[in-house]
Amino acid sequence: MRILVCVKRVPAPGAKIVLTPDAQDIDASLLGFAVSPHEECAVEEAVQIVEREGGSVTVMTLGPPEAEEQLRSAVAVGATSVVLLPSDIPDWDPVSTSTALVSAISRLEDEEAPFDLILFGNESADSGGYQVGIRVARSLGRPMVTGIKGIDTEGDSVAARRETPSGWEVYRLPLPAIVGVKEGINLPRYPTLKGRMAARRAPVATMEPAESASGQSKVMLMTPPDAGSAVEILGEGPETAPAIVDIMEGLGLV
Amino acid sequence: MSTFLYLVEHDRGRIDETATGGMTGARLLAERTGSELHAVAIGAGAEAAADRLAAYGAEQVHLVSHDLLTDYGPDAWAESLFQLAGSVGAGAVIATGTDRGNEVMAQVGARADLAMVANCLEIEPDGDDWLMTRVRWGGSLHERARLSAPVKLVTLAPHSTDAAPSDQPAAGIVSGFTPDLSEADAVTIVVDRVTVSEGITLATAPVVVSGGRGMGSAEAFDIIEELADLLGGAVGCSRVVTNNGWKNHKFQVGQTGTVVAPDLYIACGISGAIQHWVGMMNAKNVLAINIDRDAPMVTKADWAVIADLHQVVPAISAEITRRRTLAAESG
Amino acid sequence: MSDFPSSARVVVIGAGIVGNSVVKHLAAHGWRDIVQLDKGPLPNPGGSTGHASNFIYPVDHNKEMAHLTLDSQQQYEEMGVSVTSGGLEVARTEARLHELNRRMTSAKSWDIDSRLVNREEIEELVPFLDVNVVLGGWFSPTVSVVDSLRAGTLMREYAQQLGALSVHPVTEVLDIETDRGRISAVVTNKGRIACEYVVIACGVWSPRLARMAGASIPLTPAVHQMIDVGPLEILSATNSEIGYPIVRDMDTFCYERQTGGSMEVGSYAHRPIFHHPDTIPSIEQARLSPTELPLTMDDFDPQLEQAVELMPFLGDAEIKYGINGLLSLTPDAMPLVGETPEVKNLWSCAAIWIKEGPGTGRALAEWMTQGYPEIDPHASDIARFYPYMKTEGHILARCAEHFNKTYGIVHPREQWDSRRNSRVSTLHATTSALGAVYFEAGGWERPHWYESNAPLLEEYGDRIPERPHEWDRRWWSPIQNAEHLALRDRVGMIDLTAFAIFDITGSGALQFVQYMTVNQVDRPVGSGIYTPLLTEEGGFRSDLTILRMGEDHFRVITGGFDGARDAYWFRKWLPESDCVTFTDITSSMSTIGVWGPNARRLVERVTDDDVSHEGFPYGTWKHATIGSIPVTMFRISYVGDLGWEVYTAMEHAPMLWETLWEAGQDLGVVPVGAGVYGTTGRLEKGYRLMGAELESEYNPVEAGLARRLVKKADFVGKEAYLKARDEEAAAVCCTLTLESYVSTSGVARFPMGGNEPILTQEGDRIVDRKGRVSRVTSAGASPSLDTYLFLGYLPPEFAQEGRSLQIMYQNELFPVKVARVGSRPLFDPDDVRMKS
Repeated sequence: MRILVCVKRVPAPGAKIVLTPDAQDIDASLLGFAVSPHEECAVEEAVQIVEREGGSVTVMTLGPPEAEEQLRSAVAVGATSVVLLPSDIPDWDPVSTSTALVSAISRLEDEEAPFDLILFGNESADSGGYQVGIRVARSLGRPMVTGIKGIDTEGDSVAARRETPSGWEVYRLPLPAIVGVKEGINLPRYPTLKGRMAARRAPVATMEPAESASGQSKVMLMTPPDAGSAVEILGEGPETAPAIVDIMEGLGLV
Repeated sequence: MSTFLYLVEHDRGRIDETATGGMTGARLLAERTGSELHAVAIGAGAEAAADRLAAYGAEQVHLVSHDLLTDYGPDAWAESLFQLAGSVGAGAVIATGTDRGNEVMAQVGARADLAMVANCLEIEPDGDDWLMTRVRWGGSLHERARLSAPVKLVTLAPHSTDAAPSDQPAAGIVSGFTPDLSEADAVTIVVDRVTVSEGITLATAPVVVSGGRGMGSAEAFDIIEELADLLGGAVGCSRVVTNNGWKNHKFQVGQTGTVVAPDLYIACGISGAIQHWVGMMNAKNVLAINIDRDAPMVTKADWAVIADLHQVVPAISAEITRRRTLAAESG
Repeated sequence: MSDFPSSARVVVIGAGIVGNSVVKHLAAHGWRDIVQLDKGPLPNPGGSTGHASNFIYPVDHNKEMAHLTLDSQQQYEEMGVSVTSGGLEVARTEARLHELNRRMTSAKSWDIDSRLVNREEIEELVPFLDVNVVLGGWFSPTVSVVDSLRAGTLMREYAQQLGALSVHPVTEVLDIETDRGRISAVVTNKGRIACEYVVIACGVWSPRLARMAGASIPLTPAVHQMIDVGPLEILSATNSEIGYPIVRDMDTFCYERQTGGSMEVGSYAHRPIFHHPDTIPSIEQARLSPTELPLTMDDFDPQLEQAVELMPFLGDAEIKYGINGLLSLTPDAMPLVGETPEVKNLWSCAAIWIKEGPGTGRALAEWMTQGYPEIDPHASDIARFYPYMKTEGHILARCAEHFNKTYGIVHPREQWDSRRNSRVSTLHATTSALGAVYFEAGGWERPHWYESNAPLLEEYGDRIPERPHEWDRRWWSPIQNAEHLALRDRVGMIDLTAFAIFDITGSGALQFVQYMTVNQVDRPVGSGIYTPLLTEEGGFRSDLTILRMGEDHFRVITGGFDGARDAYWFRKWLPESDCVTFTDITSSMSTIGVWGPNARRLVERVTDDDVSHEGFPYGTWKHATIGSIPVTMFRISYVGDLGWEVYTAMEHAPMLWETLWEAGQDLGVVPVGAGVYGTTGRLEKGYRLMGAELESEYNPVEAGLARRLVKKADFVGKEAYLKARDEEAAAVCCTLTLESYVSTSGVARFPMGGNEPILTQEGDRIVDRKGRVSRVTSAGASPSLDTYLFLGYLPPEFAQEGRSLQIMYQNELFPVKVARVGSRPLFDPDDVRMKS
């Protein structure tokens, strides 16, 4: 199976996010960067499928040149090859992002072979637009479902499971298809030392991203007002048990 | 007068507060722009909701039906909504930013080749544009955004508007709409539903009972397991516990373990180091049991007991068992 | 809120290992009304303690650090928060094997169990280590791992149980107020606390806090990278936090330390990465904690290969966690302890690692209570810095230079590479032209020897033994010995501009200087007096010379290394009234030493003043004119030959040098470096050096510097001094001679003087009744006596001239003989040369 995973480099903030003075971005000077959590699971899922059935995992990102770091971390956990669409524009809106991805995917498919499966994260951790994968799917004329927490490959199709309050709803998509993956589908592995050592030497292919415009634009970022915290001390011993169980009942847990 | 469509999510005609809240938000927006609000309900049984939708401001209720709409499918739903929007000449199509809402609206946006702005908290018209505040970083951050588009496609952040019926109920004229759907739209329709009662997983458990350094030993986790069982919850632990070999890594909650968001997180003898905190900070409620009143887990919790967990945890289990026995006897 | 204190005796800021041990030991020393603050929560407020790797290798070449570490290790043990894991250092290079011999030697000095191990033994200790990549190793079974957070809690509880302490976490200090240069209050986000004392013990944040009070704590937060690798079956099978020895892969600057089922790999090999105390993220901002910053993996990558090379089983293990952990680095890699020179009652206890935390907390408490700690804090004393050393540029440059030496092989004489020429005398051009090789002394560029003297080797070469081992030759030149002999034969000129010079004036000057000094300073104007300065417990705080310039005017001349500490010590004792003025005139003065049998003939040629023995007796000073330069001449010598220290205004120094130099040409004048002044010349005369023989752990009686009479006037340490005179000295400073250069392995060696143990002929350590070990305090050649000398303290039963003993150097034993007990010089014992 030939699989492509699209990922995004996002800051890894703590409990409080600090903005740059112009409020256009997160002050990431002291933050690390990571792949959005859903996408991390997407990479893991792709690697697991290829480990089971053979094939290759290509990981692609649109982002600053430093996003090479995230691509290498994907190699460290098993990606076969990585592609960077470098751009110094900080915030690509969803329409522009998908246009750039479609153009790059088409080139990759022309040069080599079509991808059987393309995985996206359900939404990016930072901008949460919920749509890039869907737009790519529409442009490529491939079916897509999102919110997927289980993928089973079945010959020329995949069964994709979405969690519902009572269980699962199942979709069956003929390949080639695109799936939006949600955290919880698997527990992404950590890179091994050997994996990391291989990642260090892995080649990173680059392609100039195609630019386009859309009707959505960011004006500024804002920090929401602090919710504050007020702990209620229930007591200092086992005699608090009834009060605790009252709370559990209130939450409908008992 | 422009028409706004609001996509109602319903379960055979039953609508919940997510939908009525969304209707309310859409209505307020329509009022501010001098537009007329129509509700769109896809799938069987929606007519039952028509009255309520009228009460929340729907001048018209479009009941969308088709053979391919018996179960959910993002393409079929989006194609239907896209066609309806075209047929009524909608100026805006609005949904609530649920999994389905965002998915369908993204599909509509892709079909229309228009921007779709997800999870808006507030929207105000600015000439022909809309200025909106939307959610980023799961709510840790907000974004001020501008939307310029002939047809505005947005989802409203769930629960961003409290549900409130309109002062004057709208007409609520019910009309049917049958879209033109093809097999291509059917590819992504749900083919099967599985009702499961899988074993509780840490990532999805409604209750997580978690132990930290204060446990003192692997054996002490017996009381944690007992309470988790009684609550139908999962057992978790902090990094110290894994490092001490008291629990396997798969139980570890936190930065280097599993990230959880249960309804109730019970932190027993966990000081609340930040690497642990980031793994459970999305828990809806937190109960801390700790001997240190100043422990971060205590200060950040909703409720706390300042006591030895080895006494408190068994007492809770005993209390639950006592109540259940009573209930069983009286039932 | 109402329980937040409005006043306290002492506010301790910081609740990491350091702040916690400070509050414990203050309480133990009787302090009450202690308030401890931290802006973070407890028990882990988010500082460096929270992510420390918590292991303790007690062997250190530095005595102060070794003792602080051993005390700390014992304290952890007593608290029950310590596990003994053992520790292994492996060598991948021959140079490291040699260095491990030095480890063995220091271990012997401090009585720490250790042994060299071969590959088979390494394999047995750490079966998962690939012994093919190492040449050998060093194993110390007492290396331990501690729970520093738990220790902190126990130490706070100790103080709380005494009713001495109230602790306020999540409290941020906004300001530290002073009144006339003295601490008055701490302002926090919860209120203002009026107080007498403040202790800053907040690690990487300390500079910020110090600045609030107008003081300086010169450290930088720096990154130490570590990753957590696992799970590893072999490790989890031990069912313990640590079941295998900690491995230090010294040549790659990395360590591997078991933590439960995984392995922590830490590195000091990456590029120096510094942060600023003002930009460390807050607790809320940080993803993990303020001092656990995101791992910059690129910097760690090269270490992965080395780790897998050493322990192949790590290759398939996962990197579960990794950080750029912040710790504190200082310009000279030693802690910052003591009262800040800028603000009275503002104490620093910063740049301290887990391994020395409790010991340093104890030392600080002793210092604040008794006036001085039991372990001489010479190297940690925050007063040691000259102002330029506290600038960011200097701090960062020096920290960048020494960071990668954390596991490096640092030669005892090793010189800094960065920020040189920070302090240069006006003689610099002159001495450079003469081929001076400069060593740093208190920041000054001081000629150590002169390459232009290389021709002297032809004259004296046969009297200078060859040093076959590169280690013994490093940062050394045989020219030093040749300069020594030329000075003894003819005359030498020494640039002594690195001296620190202070003027003490005013109507109270005499009383003040009397109070500071052991020896009588109420001598006629024109006298020069050598005197110790003591701590209140009677140990050495300093030794220096004082010139009586006028009835109410004293000039203090002291070594460049200790100038800043000495200035602080004088200022600390200055009376509140303005009857005494203390002025540091170091920068306006240059000093040239002229010594040797031809010194008088040389000086006579360029001055009309009387420089005859009778007209200018030993131990006196005079204003004079040399050529056309006004100078002050002091007849004294630290090299044991006839001559003077000649002081002049900084701007005149080059002309003064030239005048003397010209006059000396046909007298065989040679430029002489500090190699002679500080080592060979000094040792032949048995002169003691502050920081080597002279430290607060020894008193003047033991050092052999007690005079026959004690002056009537009171002085700091007098009571203890009188007591020491009445007792038999527990140890006496002796001069020993090396009886054979050749080691058991057959190579001639030249011991460096780095705390090598002095042993009995049976090879046993020698410990005096106060528990102090006999060790080499200074070592160096004696070119005039054609031998090699050591200074060191010996208990009376060993302090017998002619007694045969041994010293250990590089883990080999060398025979030595006690040549002199007490201060009588070996060379020219009656001082005929300099006093005639």
